[in-house]
Amino acid sequence: MELTLWTYEGPPHVGAMRIATSMEGVHYVLHAPQGDTYADLLFTMIERRGLRPPVTYTTFQARDLGGDTAELVQRSIRQAVERFQPEALLVGESCTAELIQDQPGALAGGMNLGVPLVNLELPAYSKKENWGAAETFYQLVRTLLKSQLPAPGTPRPSPSRWRQEGRRPRVNLLGPSLLGFRCRDDVLEITRLLGEHGIDVAVVAPLGARPADLVRIPTADANVCLYMEVAGPVCSWLERSFGTPVVRTVPIGIGATAAFLRELHGVLDLELPADLQAVEGQPSEAERRSRLPWYSRSVDSTYLTGKRVFIFADATHAIAAARIASRELGFQVVGLGSYSREQAREVRAAAAELGLEALITDDYLAVEKAMGEAAAELVLGTQMERHSAKRLGLPCAVISAPLHVQDVPARYSPQMGWEGANVIFDSWVHPLMMGLEEHLIGMFRHDFEFVDGHRSHLGDGAPAAAGAGEPEATAEGPAAAPDLAPGTITAADAVREALESLWTADGEAELAKIPFFVRGKVRKNTEAFARERGLERIDAEALYDAKAHFSR
Amino acid sequence: MEAPYLAIPSMGVSAPPVQPSPPDILKQSGQREVFCGLTSIVWLHRRMPDAFFLVVGSRTCAHLIQSAAGVMIFAEPRFGTAILGERDLAGLADANEELDRLVKDLLERRPEIRTLFLVGSCPSEVIKLDLAKAAERLNNQLLGRVRVLNYSGSGIETTFTQGEDNALLAMLPLLPSSDEEQLLIVGTLADVVEDRFRLIFERLGIPTVRSLPPRRSTDLPPVGKGTRVLLAQPFLSATARALQHRGATLLSAPYPFGVEGSRDWMAAAATAFGVPADRFATVLDPLVERGRLALAPHRQVLAGKRLFLLPDSQMEIPLARFLSRECGMELVEVGTPYLDRQLMAADLALLPPATQLSEGQDVDLQLERVRAARPDLVLCGLGLANPLEAEGIATKWSIELVFSPIHGCDQAGELAELFARPLRRRALLQLS
Repeated sequence: MELTLWTYEGPPHVGAMRIATSMEGVHYVLHAPQGDTYADLLFTMIERRGLRPPVTYTTFQARDLGGDTAELVQRSIRQAVERFQPEALLVGESCTAELIQDQPGALAGGMNLGVPLVNLELPAYSKKENWGAAETFYQLVRTLLKSQLPAPGTPRPSPSRWRQEGRRPRVNLLGPSLLGFRCRDDVLEITRLLGEHGIDVAVVAPLGARPADLVRIPTADANVCLYMEVAGPVCSWLERSFGTPVVRTVPIGIGATAAFLRELHGVLDLELPADLQAVEGQPSEAERRSRLPWYSRSVDSTYLTGKRVFIFADATHAIAAARIASRELGFQVVGLGSYSREQAREVRAAAAELGLEALITDDYLAVEKAMGEAAAELVLGTQMERHSAKRLGLPCAVISAPLHVQDVPARYSPQMGWEGANVIFDSWVHPLMMGLEEHLIGMFRHDFEFVDGHRSHLGDGAPAAAGAGEPEATAEGPAAAPDLAPGTITAADAVREALESLWTADGEAELAKIPFFVRGKVRKNTEAFARERGLERIDAEALYDAKAHFSR
Repeated sequence: MEAPYLAIPSMGVSAPPVQPSPPDILKQSGQREVFCGLTSIVWLHRRMPDAFFLVVGSRTCAHLIQSAAGVMIFAEPRFGTAILGERDLAGLADANEELDRLVKDLLERRPEIRTLFLVGSCPSEVIKLDLAKAAERLNNQLLGRVRVLNYSGSGIETTFTQGEDNALLAMLPLLPSSDEEQLLIVGTLADVVEDRFRLIFERLGIPTVRSLPPRRSTDLPPVGKGTRVLLAQPFLSATARALQHRGATLLSAPYPFGVEGSRDWMAAAATAFGVPADRFATVLDPLVERGRLALAPHRQVLAGKRLFLLPDSQMEIPLARFLSRECGMELVEVGTPYLDRQLMAADLALLPPATQLSEGQDVDLQLERVRAARPDLVLCGLGLANPLEAEGIATKWSIELVFSPIHGCDQAGELAELFARPLRRRALLQLS
């Protein structure tokens, strides 16, 4: 038994719903009690879908439990097939139905429905949403490809067979789904990018695919695993069973997009075009197609240098964000983690590269605590971290699911490819600029020209002193204490007051001369230095001693 | 049964004096597009800031409440889910130990909590985890420091707003007994609305007015022979009956939606407490007039428009009464999750004759009726709203009605505005 207040992932059957709803021609009969229909609103509200999810719920009640719930399941299946005429049917159960053991999948199997049937067994008490999505996608593909399975010992198809067949090479884009982060636009961006390199897209799935499209999956020369949370297992299975190579580099960021294209050219035995050839210390010609490299080099971006960034997301986006932040924007990654336990190994490896230990957890309070302790100046996270960052008064950009309605923008805003890098530059740098502006408001608050009523963009509850450059208000111990609801930052204030009393008048005066955007860091460092040395007071000399100490 | 406000004819009776025979009710069973009772935690925890609601359930329960609540504003909200794991399912003895440990940790972290509700869910009901026993055990361990109550909000037993009914029912045994004369308002109201009601009752000269649930979970009202219960919400069947069992008298009135409903609701209390008619008129007439004034612009938008109400919050019948009588809307179908004739008597009596009622739901069949009828506005849940809009049918989502202050004469304009807004918006947009 585990106490959960807010969760990153829903139960596994919601993952199955994501697959069914992402596709066309698929229907899902879910044996579930009254109330489980709440999951429909994830799609109709967050994704603004104009169609009900293709899900029939048996909605059993207590009075049904005394009778024949199996009959209810069969009736629901029969009616759903008649009404919706699906091209493939998923049958499964939610947590409560799992307990009453009606085995709806087996019941459906005995009904001669005349449609491909997938019996979903998604253990609700040990697994979660992304696992459920990956398992459903895998089971569905496996069921539909059963008749095409090559006999054991069949030689692997050559990835360059397109040449013999006199056609352009083609790949599948696997993994994009509803309630994933910017999948709709990523698919467009990658399809366009591949087109420019003479590569066709055979099947995009699950998003927008029909069962008949899944049947065409083996016609591709390679599979591109865009989102490992959803497509990891199916790509591995296709590789094992059909010998189809998998491209696993996720093209988010400049470096990764170039690496993705190079990997793809290698796999497909395509000649690497000149503009993708890496040049020592320079972005390749292709990379200049994004504005990110120049924007990041331009002098205005100097202030981004060493910004302390805390990252928490699904594995795909966390790993990509860490690489972009550290290599392409010159940030310092001070925390990296993910709620994707299934991909923990990959996240740990990415963290180790940066000399960090990955935070793998689904406890958002542990994430909030780590965020505060890391003295982050920018948070890249999910909707959960957006709320935590807001409470801590930190700028934040959302980079991953779980998402909210505003994370499904009307405009084209991919994360992947060259345009994705442009979008990322804007959406990460913007909150930092706003953070700086916040400081200017703080600085000039006492000037007579200052017009009262300047509202913080961080919201009413943003603690005035805890902006981007002064992380001390959010750091350590009491700041991580239970109630960090807006307006209750007093515990952290008390600690700061105690620390402030360490400062002598001349120490404070000297500190005040330091530019505001580094003042917070200097204060923190100096206090750490004073504690380490056992200093009772921090005067101007101690401040300069600390400065010298840390500049080594 | 005679409506009590008829006892004061000089107030200007707004109801037809004869009870029409109940119209035929369409009953269908199939897929129900409704929330379960756990959802009511979303407003109950706000009403009682010193209470914590601990659902004993699955990840689905946690995800449901999170999705229904919309945004996670609070770092640590006053509700949470003790998620059952495979080990808890394997051995119930362990599950009880686990629950005790978890509650202990929780209360250590949240010392401000005075009442802990253990809320049963579908899985906890199916595995027969005895939360009543758990509550008793915890009460002994906690020695009165925190009161532990239990109720079921499971979907197999409750829909949406019924969760509040069960929560209040769980509080009833703690209510002290007293035959003191009092008016007891039952059902969660927005604080602002409750304050207004108290002020008006004070002006009417009703000496003691109390509320259930109270604002502080420990501030429980007494109950007994002198208690007159006025239900502020239409979904409290079990609580109403249990209060009657404790000696209280249940006042029958329409629910306080709209000017007429609110006025008649207050009239029921006024009658019960022998408030002179002229005093009632002095206090209420200006409110009624002001309320009608506020309604007028919205009535212009709504009058003659055809409304279809899908079952969701149990407020459908009183809302239909308000929208037809005070806003001039035509009722195509009034759906309700379940029909409690006694609690709905006054509102049912005020519906236009031959109004099509439906109880329960087969959502696919009901949507076919919606499409066939092409109403101007549909009241429905969040899962159906955008799909209907995409088909060109205007909607009003019902969940807003349980979060917004909509009770009373003063809120009648706002309530009508909630329904007029989707129609106004459609008229404003020039997109195609």
